Amino acid sequence: MSILIDEKIRVLVQGITGREAALFTKYMLDYSTNVVGGVTPGKGGQTIHGIPVFDCVSDVVKEFGANTSIISVPAAFAKDAALEAIDSNIELIVIFTERIPKKDVVLILDFAEQKGTKVIGPNSLGIISPGKSKVGAIGGPQIETKKSYMIGPVGIASTSGGMTTELANLLTSNEIGQSTCISVGGDPIVGMTFRELLPLFEKDIQTKTIVLFCEPGGTQEEDAARYIIEYSYSKPVIAFIGGRFVDDMPGMRFGHAGVIVQKGKGTAKGKIEAFKRAGILVADTLTQLVDYVKESLS
Amino acid sequence: MKLYEYESKIIFKKEGIPIPESYLASTPDEVEKIVENLKKEVAIKAQILATGRGKAGGISFAKNPKEAKQLARKIFSLKIKGFEVRKVLVEERLFPSAELFLGITYDLSQKTPVVISSSLGGIDINEIAKKYPEKVFTLPVNMVWGIQNYQGKLLAKNMGLKSKDMFKAAGIAVKLFNIFKKYDCDLAEINPLILTQDGKLIAADAHLELEQEALYRHKELEQLEIPIRKDSPRIPTKFEIEAEKIDKIDHRGVAGRVVEFDGNLGLLIGGGGASLTIFDAIRYHGGKPANYCEIGGNPTVKKVKELTKLILKKPGIKGLAVITNVLNNTRVDLVARGVILAMNELDIKPSEYPILFRSAGAYEEDGYRILKKYKIKYMDRSYSIDQAAKAAVEMISNLK
Repeated sequence: MSILIDEKIRVLVQGITGREAALFTKYMLDYSTNVVGGVTPGKGGQTIHGIPVFDCVSDVVKEFGANTSIISVPAAFAKDAALEAIDSNIELIVIFTERIPKKDVVLILDFAEQKGTKVIGPNSLGIISPGKSKVGAIGGPQIETKKSYMIGPVGIASTSGGMTTELANLLTSNEIGQSTCISVGGDPIVGMTFRELLPLFEKDIQTKTIVLFCEPGGTQEEDAARYIIEYSYSKPVIAFIGGRFVDDMPGMRFGHAGVIVQKGKGTAKGKIEAFKRAGILVADTLTQLVDYVKESLS
Repeated sequence: MKLYEYESKIIFKKEGIPIPESYLASTPDEVEKIVENLKKEVAIKAQILATGRGKAGGISFAKNPKEAKQLARKIFSLKIKGFEVRKVLVEERLFPSAELFLGITYDLSQKTPVVISSSLGGIDINEIAKKYPEKVFTLPVNMVWGIQNYQGKLLAKNMGLKSKDMFKAAGIAVKLFNIFKKYDCDLAEINPLILTQDGKLIAADAHLELEQEALYRHKELEQLEIPIRKDSPRIPTKFEIEAEKIDKIDHRGVAGRVVEFDGNLGLLIGGGGASLTIFDAIRYHGGKPANYCEIGGNPTVKKVKELTKLILKKPGIKGLAVITNVLNNTRVDLVARGVILAMNELDIKPSEYPILFRSAGAYEEDGYRILKKYKIKYMDRSYSIDQAAKAAVEMISNLK
């Protein structure tokens, strides 16, 4: 098992003719992901790495039964692309595009909720279920993906795309594999957050332990901690928080758009306290993180 | 992008939210003239991009032109939270029977806009929420629908308003939401919204913050004479300004988002989340970073080179740590090349300089080949960020 994606998904790439999207389409194909079609309005009829390009999402759904979409279009067109995918009954949308205005993100999520569509991102590097498939740029080229990720019992959810691969690599170097790794996106408002992913990991037989990479800013961590207490979450959750120093520098934005501490809100300290109240282990260093994961699996 | 009060009021006026009669002035003489023409008691308000100006003496009331000029002189000489007062707003003085609060922002947890109203205006809403949580009314609003009249009424009722005043305030709430949505605001706030003794509802203050990511689609700001700019919570240092210039050399990737610190270990680190992790790890092991930075999105060799040079030239630097996560996108070989070119141009022998290099991922074999050629020791993916940070700190403390 795994969550969100497996070897059976039928993937559509929106914005497939873009430089980055064309590149990661190749990497997805190399990883045996079932990419069935691409969409770039006005460029229907072309092919990219052998994948046919269409003008509309509904064409790819009708012809190939696409059920998962990765969106990599300029920020100004992202809302339209996402609404089109939702309207075409795509089940899971991963938004790679960053810097999408909040208003557009809220409108996308609102429509997705009405239609029951799952949304990961914006500003997500992608999702990978090692050994099965990957969606987006996660892991990079095939040779690197295979070095960083291996099949196993740990689920990863991370606000940072780079740290998703870093943590997987750290576990892999310690011979601990992963079930599904999700870059949830570094923006202030994203689709599925830790709190919404935890129940999926809980139901997944393959996942034994969940690792969260967190950053200051926003409320994801506090929301997840509350969920864990309220629903007596049954699997071990281990957290790591990058950017503790940001607490001392209110008003300044670091790294991702969501990483800012304002008026004492969103501090790393507050998140650590919330996690500890919920019985979640918070690792001070990555070395400690590996120890905690090993303990939880033994 | 935070707007000045006078800029926010330009938008309020255009969108039909009542504001006091109001004029902008840059000198005490201009203030005097405005009051002569206005023939009313006035409020003189410092225009700065920070809250708390009232407590700092940035707001005064004057009865006549002469008094206004004197008080204006005082305000112009103030420095409030590091900001010099270059402009003041001169407004007809309002005589309130009630000071109320109305604000809109995003609830990141609910992923929706929320409107907040209170019968206690004029002070910071967070303070009110702490002391009198029952006086703060919060209403999530659907982005598509906006505030309906019944919701406006509910918000107004919770400001303690009745009958005609309630309908007026409801109308203002609807308009404020329209502004929030139309201009892509992060925050739209009226504090205080004043009910005057003669029964008018007027936005005495106005505070809009526009989302940086959405500014590209707001060409109308130029016509409203609101210049687009970047917010900065503190004045950037020379070092930071130089770094920003480097990042602007071209559009590819990031290499230059830098914050200066006063330590002795130069950092060339990336990307977003990893930079945060690496900086923490350096400090955890007792290191003293000279800077924070982020490289990511596959920047050009030139940008990496210039940024490395800037860091190596910083006074007090004793060594350099180049640490990244396992890269998905940025190429290890380009980073290595940039660092070595920088050292060459500064006549530094890479094999003799205290440098720690830990990177892996895209094009790592090419990167390692270059590093070997220049006899730079490196760590690959079998070493964690934590181990690399520890080694960098030890490298500095082992120097004689």
